[in-house]
Amino acid sequence: MSDAVVSARGVQKRFGEREVVCGVDFDIRPGICFGILGPNGAGKTTLIRMLLGMSPVSGGVYTLFGRPAGDREIRARVGVVPQMDNLDPDFSVRENLVVYARYFGIAPREAAPRAEELLAFAELSQRGDSPVSSLSGGMKRRLMIARSLINDPDLVVLDEPTTGLDPQARHLIWQRLRDLKRRGKTLVLTTHYMEEAEQLCDELMVLEHGRILARGSPRELMRAHVEPEVVELRGGLSDAGVEELCRNLELRREHVADTWFCYAEDARPLVSRCAGVPGLIFVHRPTNLEDVFLRLTGRELRD
Amino acid sequence: MNTPARILAVWRRNFLVWRKLAVASLLGNFGDPFLYLLGLGYGLGLYIGKMGGIPYMAFLASGILCSSAMNTATFEGLYSAFTRMNQQYTWEGMMATPLGLPDIVAGEILWAATKSLISCTAILIVAMLLGGVQTPETAWLALPVVFLSGLCFAAIALVVCALAPGYDFFIYYFTLLVTPMFLFCGVFYPLAALPHAAQMIAQVLPLTHAVALMRPLLTTLPLTHVGLHLAVLAAYAAAGYVLAVRLASRRLLR
Repeated sequence: MSDAVVSARGVQKRFGEREVVCGVDFDIRPGICFGILGPNGAGKTTLIRMLLGMSPVSGGVYTLFGRPAGDREIRARVGVVPQMDNLDPDFSVRENLVVYARYFGIAPREAAPRAEELLAFAELSQRGDSPVSSLSGGMKRRLMIARSLINDPDLVVLDEPTTGLDPQARHLIWQRLRDLKRRGKTLVLTTHYMEEAEQLCDELMVLEHGRILARGSPRELMRAHVEPEVVELRGGLSDAGVEELCRNLELRREHVADTWFCYAEDARPLVSRCAGVPGLIFVHRPTNLEDVFLRLTGRELRD
Repeated sequence: MNTPARILAVWRRNFLVWRKLAVASLLGNFGDPFLYLLGLGYGLGLYIGKMGGIPYMAFLASGILCSSAMNTATFEGLYSAFTRMNQQYTWEGMMATPLGLPDIVAGEILWAATKSLISCTAILIVAMLLGGVQTPETAWLALPVVFLSGLCFAAIALVVCALAPGYDFFIYYFTLLVTPMFLFCGVFYPLAALPHAAQMIAQVLPLTHAVALMRPLLTTLPLTHVGLHLAVLAAYAAAGYVLAVRLASRRLLR
Protein backbone atom coordinates (compact mmCIF):
# COMPACT_ATOMS: atom_id res chain seq x y z
CA MET A 1 0.00 0.00 0.00
CA SER A 2 1.72 3.16 -1.14
CA ASP A 3 -0.27 5.60 1.00
CA ALA A 4 0.36 3.70 4.24
CA VAL A 5 1.94 5.74 7.02
CA VAL A 6 3.72 2.67 8.32
CA SER A 7 4.41 -0.45 6.35
CA ALA A 8 6.03 -3.63 7.63
CA ARG A 9 7.04 -6.57 5.45
CA GLY A 10 8.66 -9.53 7.14
CA VAL A 11 10.02 -7.33 9.91
CA GLN A 12 12.25 -9.23 12.28
CA LYS A 13 14.15 -8.49 15.45
CA ARG A 14 16.67 -10.83 16.99
CA PHE A 15 18.65 -10.38 20.18
CA GLY A 16 21.39 -12.96 19.68
CA GLU A 17 19.59 -16.27 19.29
CA ARG A 18 16.32 -14.98 20.65
CA GLU A 19 13.83 -13.79 18.05
CA VAL A 20 11.45 -11.26 19.59
CA VAL A 21 9.72 -10.10 16.40
CA CYS A 22 9.29 -12.93 13.93
CA GLY A 23 8.69 -11.52 10.48
CA VAL A 24 5.50 -9.47 10.80
CA ASP A 25 3.55 -7.81 7.97
CA PHE A 26 1.14 -4.94 8.49
CA ASP A 27 0.17 -1.52 7.17
CA ILE A 28 -1.12 1.48 9.04
CA ARG A 29 -3.43 3.72 7.03
CA PRO A 30 -3.37 7.47 7.55
CA GLY A 31 -5.87 9.03 9.95
CA ILE A 32 -6.65 5.97 12.02
CA CYS A 33 -5.80 4.90 15.53
CA PHE A 34 -3.90 1.65 15.26
CA GLY A 35 -3.58 -0.46 18.40
CA ILE A 36 -0.86 -3.00 19.07
CA LEU A 37 -2.03 -5.37 21.78
CA GLY A 38 -0.23 -8.19 23.43
CA PRO A 39 0.90 -9.55 26.76
CA ASN A 40 4.16 -8.36 28.33
CA GLY A 41 7.09 -9.45 26.23
CA ALA A 42 5.05 -9.89 23.04
CA GLY A 43 7.29 -7.49 21.10
CA LYS A 44 5.10 -4.35 21.12
CA THR A 45 7.74 -1.95 22.39
CA THR A 46 10.40 -3.47 20.15
CA LEU A 47 8.20 -2.88 17.09
CA ILE A 48 7.86 0.76 18.12
CA ARG A 49 11.53 1.25 18.93
CA MET A 50 12.49 -0.14 15.53
CA LEU A 51 10.03 2.18 13.84
CA LEU A 52 11.68 5.17 15.52
CA GLY A 53 15.21 4.06 14.76
CA MET A 54 16.01 3.36 18.40
CA SER A 55 16.59 -0.29 17.66
CA PRO A 56 18.07 -1.63 14.41
CA VAL A 57 15.78 -3.85 12.33
CA SER A 58 17.23 -7.38 12.02
CA GLY A 59 15.38 -8.26 8.85
CA GLY A 60 12.54 -7.30 6.52
CA VAL A 61 11.40 -3.94 5.24
CA TYR A 62 9.98 -1.44 7.71
CA THR A 63 9.01 1.96 6.37
CA LEU A 64 7.64 5.17 7.81
CA PHE A 65 6.13 7.65 5.33
CA GLY A 66 7.78 5.60 2.62
CA ARG A 67 11.28 6.00 4.09
CA PRO A 68 13.25 3.35 5.99
CA ALA A 69 12.27 3.27 9.66
CA GLY A 70 14.76 5.23 11.72
CA ASP A 71 15.47 7.82 9.03
CA ARG A 72 16.40 10.87 11.02
CA GLU A 73 14.67 13.52 8.94
CA ILE A 74 11.40 11.61 8.93
CA ARG A 75 11.28 11.83 12.72
CA ALA A 76 10.35 15.50 12.28
CA ARG A 77 6.91 14.23 11.22
CA VAL A 78 6.49 11.97 14.24
CA GLY A 79 5.58 12.60 17.86
CA VAL A 80 6.60 10.06 20.48
CA VAL A 81 5.21 9.31 23.92
CA PRO A 82 7.42 6.57 25.36
CA GLN A 83 6.40 4.18 28.09
CA MET A 84 8.61 5.89 30.66
CA ASP A 85 8.47 9.63 31.15
CA ASN A 86 11.61 11.32 29.94
CA LEU A 87 10.61 14.89 30.65
CA ASP A 88 13.53 17.18 31.39
CA PRO A 89 13.60 17.62 35.18
CA ASP A 90 15.94 20.61 34.88
CA PHE A 91 13.22 22.70 33.22
CA SER A 92 9.76 23.97 34.04
CA VAL A 93 6.67 22.61 32.31
CA ARG A 94 6.68 25.38 29.68
CA GLU A 95 10.45 25.23 29.15
CA ASN A 96 10.14 21.52 28.49
CA LEU A 97 8.06 22.30 25.42
CA VAL A 98 10.16 25.18 24.14
CA VAL A 99 13.49 23.42 24.64
CA TYR A 100 12.14 20.28 22.97
CA ALA A 101 10.96 22.35 20.01
CA ARG A 102 14.57 23.38 19.46
CA TYR A 103 15.50 19.74 18.84
CA PHE A 104 13.25 19.99 15.77
CA GLY A 105 14.85 23.24 14.72
CA ILE A 106 11.84 25.28 15.83
CA ALA A 107 12.95 28.67 17.13
CA PRO A 108 11.67 29.87 20.52
CA ARG A 109 9.72 32.68 18.86
CA GLU A 110 7.66 30.15 16.98
CA ALA A 111 7.64 27.58 19.77
CA ALA A 112 6.36 29.87 22.53
CA PRO A 113 2.81 30.42 21.21
CA ARG A 114 2.57 26.77 20.20
CA ALA A 115 3.62 25.77 23.72
CA GLU A 116 0.80 27.88 25.18
CA GLU A 117 -1.73 26.18 22.91
CA LEU A 118 -0.45 22.77 23.87
CA LEU A 119 -0.49 23.61 27.58
CA ALA A 120 -4.15 24.53 27.18
CA PHE A 121 -4.77 21.33 25.23
CA ALA A 122 -3.18 19.32 28.03
CA GLU A 123 -5.02 21.35 30.71
CA LEU A 124 -1.72 22.48 32.16
CA SER A 125 -1.96 26.22 31.50
CA GLN A 126 -1.94 26.94 35.24
CA ARG A 127 1.20 24.87 35.73
CA GLY A 128 3.41 26.37 33.02
CA ASP A 129 6.02 27.64 35.48
CA SER A 130 5.96 24.63 37.80
CA PRO A 131 8.92 22.30 37.95
CA VAL A 132 8.21 18.97 36.30
CA SER A 133 8.86 17.17 39.58
CA SER A 134 5.76 18.78 41.13
CA LEU A 135 3.38 17.25 38.56
CA SER A 136 1.18 14.23 39.26
CA GLY A 137 1.51 11.11 37.13
CA GLY A 138 -1.47 12.11 35.01
CA MET A 139 -0.12 15.63 34.46
CA LYS A 140 3.27 14.27 33.43
CA ARG A 141 1.62 12.02 30.88
CA ARG A 142 -0.39 14.95 29.52
CA LEU A 143 2.78 16.99 29.29
CA MET A 144 4.47 14.12 27.45
CA ILE A 145 1.58 14.10 24.98
CA ALA A 146 1.76 17.89 24.62
CA ARG A 147 5.51 17.63 24.04
CA SER A 148 4.99 14.98 21.38
CA LEU A 149 2.83 17.48 19.48
CA ILE A 150 5.29 20.40 19.54
CA ASN A 151 6.45 19.64 15.98
CA ASP A 152 2.85 19.29 14.73
CA PRO A 153 3.47 15.67 13.73
CA ASP A 154 1.41 13.65 11.26
CA LEU A 155 1.91 10.49 13.28
CA VAL A 156 1.87 10.15 17.07
CA VAL A 157 3.27 6.98 18.60
CA LEU A 158 2.21 6.20 22.16
CA ASP A 159 3.67 3.31 24.11
CA GLU A 160 1.24 2.38 26.88
CA PRO A 161 0.01 5.95 27.35
CA THR A 162 -2.18 5.33 30.39
CA THR A 163 -0.35 2.63 32.31
CA GLY A 164 -0.35 3.44 36.01
CA LEU A 165 -2.90 6.26 35.83
CA ASP A 166 -6.11 6.57 37.81
CA PRO A 167 -9.45 6.36 35.95
CA GLN A 168 -10.03 10.13 35.81
CA ALA A 169 -6.59 10.77 34.38
CA ARG A 170 -7.06 7.94 31.90
CA HIS A 171 -10.40 9.26 30.63
CA LEU A 172 -8.96 12.74 30.13
CA ILE A 173 -6.11 11.28 28.06
CA TRP A 174 -8.53 9.19 25.99
CA GLN A 175 -10.54 12.31 25.27
CA ARG A 176 -7.40 14.12 24.13
CA LEU A 177 -6.36 11.25 21.91
CA ARG A 178 -9.79 11.28 20.26
CA ASP A 179 -9.32 15.01 19.67
CA LEU A 180 -6.06 14.26 17.91
CA LYS A 181 -7.73 11.72 15.69
CA ARG A 182 -10.37 14.27 14.79
CA ARG A 183 -7.59 16.62 13.74
CA GLY A 184 -6.45 13.99 11.27
CA LYS A 185 -3.41 12.66 13.09
CA THR A 186 -2.54 9.02 12.71
CA LEU A 187 -2.10 7.36 16.09
CA VAL A 188 -0.24 4.19 16.92
CA LEU A 189 -0.63 2.97 20.44
CA THR A 190 0.38 -0.07 22.40
CA THR A 191 -1.65 -1.07 25.38
CA HIS A 192 -2.70 -4.00 27.44
CA TYR A 193 -5.87 -2.33 28.55
CA MET A 194 -8.62 -3.80 26.41
CA GLU A 195 -10.99 -1.02 27.35
CA GLU A 196 -8.50 1.49 26.00
CA ALA A 197 -8.17 -0.40 22.74
CA GLU A 198 -11.93 -0.68 22.42
CA GLN A 199 -12.45 3.01 23.13
CA LEU A 200 -9.78 4.39 20.84
CA CYS A 201 -8.65 2.01 18.15
CA ASP A 202 -10.05 1.65 14.65
CA GLU A 203 -7.76 -1.25 13.92
CA LEU A 204 -6.00 -3.66 16.18
CA MET A 205 -3.25 -6.17 15.94
CA VAL A 206 -2.78 -8.78 18.65
CA LEU A 207 0.82 -9.88 19.09
CA GLU A 208 2.22 -12.80 20.97
CA HIS A 209 5.81 -14.03 21.04
CA GLY A 210 6.58 -11.66 18.17
CA ARG A 211 3.86 -13.00 15.88
CA ILE A 212 0.54 -11.51 14.84
CA LEU A 213 -2.27 -13.62 16.23
CA ALA A 214 -5.18 -11.61 14.89
CA ARG A 215 -6.06 -8.24 13.42
CA GLY A 216 -9.10 -6.20 12.54
CA SER A 217 -11.41 -3.67 14.11
CA PRO A 218 -12.47 -4.34 17.70
CA ARG A 219 -15.90 -5.41 16.40
CA GLU A 220 -14.42 -7.72 13.78
CA LEU A 221 -12.17 -9.34 16.32
CA MET A 222 -15.04 -9.95 18.68
CA ARG A 223 -17.18 -11.39 15.93
CA ALA A 224 -14.41 -13.64 14.69
CA HIS A 225 -13.11 -14.96 17.98
CA VAL A 226 -15.79 -15.00 20.65
CA GLU A 227 -19.52 -15.59 21.01
CA PRO A 228 -21.64 -12.48 21.68
CA GLU A 229 -22.49 -13.31 25.29
CA VAL A 230 -20.82 -14.74 28.33
CA VAL A 231 -21.95 -15.87 31.76
CA GLU A 232 -19.36 -15.85 34.52
CA LEU A 233 -20.02 -18.33 37.32
CA ARG A 234 -18.46 -18.11 40.73
CA GLY A 235 -19.16 -19.49 44.16
CA GLY A 236 -18.07 -22.99 45.04
CA LEU A 237 -19.46 -24.96 42.09
CA SER A 238 -17.98 -28.42 41.60
CA ASP A 239 -17.01 -29.53 38.10
CA ALA A 240 -19.94 -31.89 38.19
CA GLY A 241 -22.22 -29.06 39.28
CA VAL A 242 -21.19 -26.97 36.29
CA GLU A 243 -21.59 -29.95 34.01
CA GLU A 244 -25.11 -30.43 35.33
CA LEU A 245 -25.95 -26.74 34.97
CA CYS A 246 -24.81 -26.59 31.36
CA ARG A 247 -26.25 -29.92 30.22
CA ASN A 248 -27.67 -29.83 26.68
CA LEU A 249 -26.83 -26.14 26.17
CA GLU A 250 -24.74 -24.78 23.27
CA LEU A 251 -21.83 -23.40 25.28
CA ARG A 252 -18.10 -23.03 25.21
CA ARG A 253 -16.66 -23.23 28.70
CA GLU A 254 -13.41 -22.00 30.15
CA HIS A 255 -12.19 -22.32 33.71
CA VAL A 256 -9.89 -19.67 35.18
CA ALA A 257 -8.97 -19.65 38.86
CA ASP A 258 -12.33 -19.79 40.70
CA THR A 259 -14.44 -18.62 37.76
CA TRP A 260 -16.14 -20.42 34.90
CA PHE A 261 -16.71 -18.48 31.69
CA CYS A 262 -19.58 -19.86 29.60
CA TYR A 263 -19.70 -18.35 26.11
CA ALA A 264 -22.87 -18.61 24.04
CA GLU A 265 -24.75 -17.14 21.09
CA ASP A 266 -27.70 -16.80 23.44
CA ALA A 267 -27.03 -17.24 27.14
CA ARG A 268 -30.60 -16.76 28.39
CA PRO A 269 -31.34 -20.48 29.00
CA LEU A 270 -28.25 -20.74 31.18
CA VAL A 271 -29.13 -17.54 33.02
CA SER A 272 -32.58 -18.81 33.93
CA ARG A 273 -31.07 -22.06 35.23
CA CYS A 274 -28.50 -20.14 37.26
CA ALA A 275 -31.25 -18.10 38.91
CA GLY A 276 -32.53 -21.31 40.52
CA VAL A 277 -29.22 -22.28 42.13
CA PRO A 278 -28.91 -20.94 45.69
CA GLY A 279 -25.58 -19.32 46.57
CA LEU A 280 -24.34 -19.15 42.97
CA ILE A 281 -22.87 -15.83 41.90
CA PHE A 282 -23.26 -15.23 38.19
CA VAL A 283 -22.76 -12.33 35.81
CA HIS A 284 -24.32 -12.18 32.38
CA ARG A 285 -22.67 -9.69 30.01
CA PRO A 286 -21.85 -9.10 26.37
CA THR A 287 -18.40 -10.28 25.44
CA ASN A 288 -15.68 -7.68 25.03
CA LEU A 289 -12.16 -7.36 23.72
CA GLU A 290 -10.78 -8.80 26.93
CA ASP A 291 -12.50 -12.09 26.15
CA VAL A 292 -10.92 -12.01 22.69
CA PHE A 293 -7.53 -11.24 24.15
CA LEU A 294 -7.72 -13.98 26.74
CA ARG A 295 -8.95 -16.48 24.19
CA LEU A 296 -6.12 -15.64 21.79
CA THR A 297 -3.26 -15.35 24.22
CA GLY A 298 -4.34 -17.89 26.83
CA ARG A 299 -5.16 -17.35 30.44
CA GLU A 300 -2.01 -18.34 32.22
CA LEU A 301 -0.13 -15.69 34.13
CA ARG A 302 2.86 -14.07 32.41
CA ASP A 303 5.81 -12.46 34.03
CA MET B 1 18.07 20.89 10.09
CA ASN B 2 21.81 20.78 9.39
CA THR B 3 24.41 19.12 11.57
CA PRO B 4 25.68 22.28 13.34
CA ALA B 5 22.09 23.24 14.21
CA ARG B 6 21.45 19.79 15.68
CA ILE B 7 24.65 19.86 17.73
CA LEU B 8 23.91 23.38 18.88
CA ALA B 9 20.41 22.35 20.05
CA VAL B 10 22.02 19.88 22.46
CA TRP B 11 24.62 22.43 23.56
CA ARG B 12 21.91 25.01 24.10
CA ARG B 13 19.85 22.72 26.31
CA ASN B 14 22.80 22.28 28.67
CA PHE B 15 23.63 25.96 28.53
CA LEU B 16 20.07 26.90 29.56
CA VAL B 17 20.25 24.59 32.56
CA TRP B 18 23.67 25.94 33.51
CA ARG B 19 22.41 29.51 33.28
CA LYS B 20 19.90 28.80 36.02
CA LEU B 21 22.67 27.93 38.45
CA ALA B 22 25.52 29.85 36.87
CA VAL B 23 26.79 31.62 39.97
CA ALA B 24 26.96 28.50 42.13
CA SER B 25 28.49 26.56 39.27
CA LEU B 26 31.17 29.18 38.61
CA LEU B 27 32.09 29.41 42.28
CA GLY B 28 32.43 25.65 42.42
CA ASN B 29 34.53 25.55 39.28
CA PHE B 30 37.03 28.11 40.27
CA GLY B 31 37.08 27.78 44.05
CA ASP B 32 39.38 24.77 43.97
CA PRO B 33 41.95 26.13 41.51
CA PHE B 34 41.94 29.42 43.36
CA LEU B 35 42.87 27.63 46.58
CA TYR B 36 45.64 25.73 44.81
CA LEU B 37 47.07 28.93 43.42
CA LEU B 38 46.88 30.64 46.76
CA GLY B 39 48.01 27.72 48.92
CA LEU B 40 50.69 26.24 46.71
CA GLY B 41 51.58 29.19 44.53
CA TYR B 42 52.09 31.55 47.42
CA GLY B 43 52.81 29.15 50.27
CA LEU B 44 55.06 26.65 48.55
CA GLY B 45 56.30 29.33 46.17
CA LEU B 46 57.93 31.13 49.07
CA TYR B 47 60.21 28.15 49.71
CA ILE B 48 60.73 27.09 46.13
CA GLY B 49 61.31 30.48 44.62
CA LYS B 50 61.82 29.58 40.97
CA MET B 51 60.97 26.43 39.07
CA GLY B 52 62.04 25.70 35.50
CA GLY B 53 63.56 29.15 35.40
CA ILE B 54 60.37 31.09 36.24
CA PRO B 55 58.65 32.11 39.53
CA TYR B 56 56.71 29.18 40.98
CA MET B 57 53.42 31.08 40.91
CA ALA B 58 53.76 31.51 37.14
CA PHE B 59 54.84 27.90 36.70
CA LEU B 60 51.88 26.65 38.71
CA ALA B 61 49.24 28.98 37.26
CA SER B 62 49.67 27.62 33.73
CA GLY B 63 49.52 24.06 35.04
CA ILE B 64 46.44 24.67 37.18
CA LEU B 65 44.69 26.29 34.23
CA CYS B 66 45.16 23.07 32.23
CA SER B 67 44.22 20.73 35.06
CA SER B 68 41.09 22.83 35.66
CA ALA B 69 40.15 22.53 32.00
CA MET B 70 40.62 18.77 32.39
CA ASN B 71 38.61 18.52 35.60
CA THR B 72 35.72 20.67 34.47
CA ALA B 73 35.31 18.83 31.17
CA THR B 74 35.79 15.47 32.85
CA PHE B 75 33.14 16.04 35.50
CA GLU B 76 30.68 17.32 32.93
CA GLY B 77 31.39 14.44 30.56
CA LEU B 78 31.15 11.82 33.28
CA TYR B 79 28.62 12.68 35.95
CA SER B 80 26.41 15.20 34.19
CA ALA B 81 26.33 13.44 30.84
CA PHE B 82 25.77 10.08 32.51
CA THR B 83 22.83 11.52 34.44
CA ARG B 84 21.32 12.78 31.20
CA MET B 85 21.97 9.51 29.42
CA ASN B 86 21.13 6.99 32.10
CA GLN B 87 19.01 8.61 34.81
CA GLN B 88 16.91 11.35 33.24
CA TYR B 89 16.65 9.76 29.78
CA THR B 90 17.28 13.18 28.26
CA TRP B 91 19.20 11.55 25.41
CA GLU B 92 16.34 9.16 24.76
CA GLY B 93 13.98 12.11 24.48
CA MET B 94 16.35 13.76 22.00
CA MET B 95 16.62 10.57 19.96
CA ALA B 96 12.88 10.73 19.25
CA THR B 97 13.56 13.97 17.35
CA PRO B 98 15.77 14.56 14.29
CA LEU B 99 18.78 14.46 16.62
CA GLY B 100 20.95 11.36 16.47
CA LEU B 101 23.59 10.02 18.84
CA PRO B 102 26.44 11.60 16.84
CA ASP B 103 24.76 15.00 17.36
CA ILE B 104 24.06 14.35 21.03
CA VAL B 105 27.60 13.20 21.84
CA ALA B 106 29.07 16.11 19.88
CA GLY B 107 26.76 18.56 21.69
CA GLU B 108 27.78 17.14 25.07
CA ILE B 109 31.50 17.39 24.23
CA LEU B 110 31.08 20.91 22.93
CA TRP B 111 29.19 21.92 26.04
CA ALA B 112 31.75 20.37 28.42
CA ALA B 113 34.52 22.25 26.57
CA THR B 114 32.48 25.44 26.87
CA LYS B 115 32.27 24.89 30.60
CA SER B 116 36.04 24.50 30.73
CA LEU B 117 36.33 27.75 28.83
CA ILE B 118 33.99 29.57 31.20
CA SER B 119 35.65 28.45 34.41
CA CYS B 120 39.21 28.80 33.06
CA THR B 121 38.50 32.35 31.96
CA ALA B 122 37.68 33.16 35.57
CA ILE B 123 40.79 31.33 36.77
CA LEU B 124 42.97 33.15 34.25
CA ILE B 125 41.77 36.47 35.61
CA VAL B 126 42.57 35.37 39.16
CA ALA B 127 45.98 34.09 38.05
CA MET B 128 46.71 37.48 36.51
CA LEU B 129 45.72 39.23 39.74
CA LEU B 130 47.93 36.89 41.77
CA GLY B 131 50.90 37.51 39.51
CA GLY B 132 50.80 34.13 37.80
CA VAL B 133 50.91 35.57 34.29
CA GLN B 134 54.22 36.94 33.05
CA THR B 135 53.18 37.74 29.48
CA PRO B 136 49.72 39.32 29.45
CA GLU B 137 50.06 40.10 25.73
CA THR B 138 49.88 36.38 24.77
CA ALA B 139 47.69 35.27 27.68
CA TRP B 140 44.49 35.44 25.67
CA LEU B 141 45.86 32.55 23.57
CA ALA B 142 45.37 30.42 26.68
CA LEU B 143 41.64 30.37 25.96
CA PRO B 144 41.73 28.46 22.66
CA VAL B 145 44.14 26.01 24.30
CA VAL B 146 41.70 25.61 27.18
CA PHE B 147 38.87 25.00 24.73
CA LEU B 148 40.80 22.40 22.75
CA SER B 149 41.84 20.70 25.99
CA GLY B 150 38.20 20.76 27.07
CA LEU B 151 37.18 19.02 23.83
CA CYS B 152 39.91 16.45 24.32
CA PHE B 153 39.10 15.57 27.94
CA ALA B 154 35.34 15.72 27.37
CA ALA B 155 35.61 13.28 24.48
CA ILE B 156 37.59 10.83 26.62
CA ALA B 157 35.11 11.30 29.47
CA LEU B 158 32.21 10.48 27.15
CA VAL B 159 33.90 7.23 26.21
CA VAL B 160 34.05 6.33 29.90
CA CYS B 161 30.46 7.54 30.35
CA ALA B 162 29.23 5.32 27.52
CA LEU B 163 30.98 2.32 29.09
CA ALA B 164 30.02 2.94 32.71
CA PRO B 165 27.55 0.60 34.40
CA GLY B 166 27.06 3.22 37.14
CA TYR B 167 28.55 6.25 38.87
CA ASP B 168 30.96 4.12 40.92
CA PHE B 169 32.78 3.17 37.74
CA PHE B 170 34.10 6.71 37.39
CA ILE B 171 36.38 6.24 40.41
CA TYR B 172 38.53 3.88 38.30
CA TYR B 173 38.93 6.51 35.65
CA PHE B 174 39.95 9.11 38.20
CA THR B 175 42.38 6.83 40.00
CA LEU B 176 43.90 5.34 36.86
CA LEU B 177 44.06 8.40 34.63
CA VAL B 178 42.86 11.75 35.92
CA THR B 179 44.79 11.82 39.18
CA PRO B 180 48.03 10.47 37.63
CA MET B 181 47.78 13.12 34.92
CA PHE B 182 47.20 15.78 37.55
CA LEU B 183 50.34 14.69 39.41
CA PHE B 184 52.73 13.57 36.67
CA CYS B 185 52.09 15.69 33.58
CA GLY B 186 53.94 18.81 34.52
CA VAL B 187 51.31 20.74 36.43
CA PHE B 188 53.35 21.07 39.64
CA TYR B 189 56.94 20.46 38.47
CA PRO B 190 58.76 19.95 35.16
CA LEU B 191 58.53 16.55 33.48
CA ALA B 192 62.32 16.39 33.54
CA ALA B 193 62.12 15.65 37.27
CA LEU B 194 60.60 12.25 36.47
CA PRO B 195 62.56 9.05 35.68
CA HIS B 196 62.96 8.50 31.96
CA ALA B 197 60.32 5.73 31.73
CA ALA B 198 57.77 7.89 33.51
CA GLN B 199 58.53 10.74 31.14
CA MET B 200 57.82 8.46 28.18
CA ILE B 201 54.46 7.51 29.66
CA ALA B 202 53.67 11.13 30.40
CA GLN B 203 54.37 11.99 26.76
CA VAL B 204 51.37 9.95 25.57
CA LEU B 205 48.99 11.58 28.06
CA PRO B 206 47.06 14.58 26.78
CA LEU B 207 47.49 16.77 29.84
CA THR B 208 51.25 16.85 29.21
CA HIS B 209 50.65 18.44 25.85
CA ALA B 210 48.08 20.89 27.16
CA VAL B 211 50.55 22.09 29.80
CA ALA B 212 53.41 22.23 27.29
CA LEU B 213 51.33 24.49 25.06
CA MET B 214 49.92 26.62 27.84
CA ARG B 215 52.98 27.42 29.92
CA PRO B 216 54.93 29.35 27.25
CA LEU B 217 51.81 31.40 26.49
CA LEU B 218 51.65 32.72 30.06
CA THR B 219 55.35 32.85 30.88
CA THR B 220 58.67 33.77 29.33
CA LEU B 221 59.51 30.14 28.52
CA PRO B 222 59.95 29.38 24.79
CA LEU B 223 57.11 27.78 22.84
CA THR B 224 58.15 24.61 21.02
CA HIS B 225 56.53 21.70 19.17
CA VAL B 226 53.25 23.58 18.80
CA GLY B 227 52.05 21.33 15.97
CA LEU B 228 52.75 18.16 17.93
CA HIS B 229 50.92 19.36 21.04
CA LEU B 230 47.92 20.56 19.06
CA ALA B 231 47.85 17.33 17.08
CA VAL B 232 47.90 15.13 20.19
CA LEU B 233 45.03 17.05 21.79
CA ALA B 234 43.02 17.07 18.57
CA ALA B 235 43.68 13.37 18.00
CA TYR B 236 42.44 12.46 21.47
CA ALA B 237 39.35 14.60 20.90
CA ALA B 238 38.58 13.05 17.51
CA ALA B 239 39.29 9.45 18.53
CA GLY B 240 37.34 9.91 21.75
CA TYR B 241 34.37 11.29 19.85
CA VAL B 242 34.28 8.43 17.34
CA LEU B 243 34.65 5.81 20.04
CA ALA B 244 32.08 7.45 22.34
CA VAL B 245 29.50 7.54 19.53
CA ARG B 246 30.16 3.89 18.74
CA LEU B 247 29.94 2.78 22.38
CA ALA B 248 26.85 4.88 23.08
CA SER B 249 25.15 3.42 20.00
CA ARG B 250 25.94 -0.09 21.14
CA ARG B 251 24.55 0.73 24.55
CA LEU B 252 21.40 2.63 23.58
CA LEU B 253 20.39 1.38 20.12
CA ARG B 254 19.60 -2.23 20.93
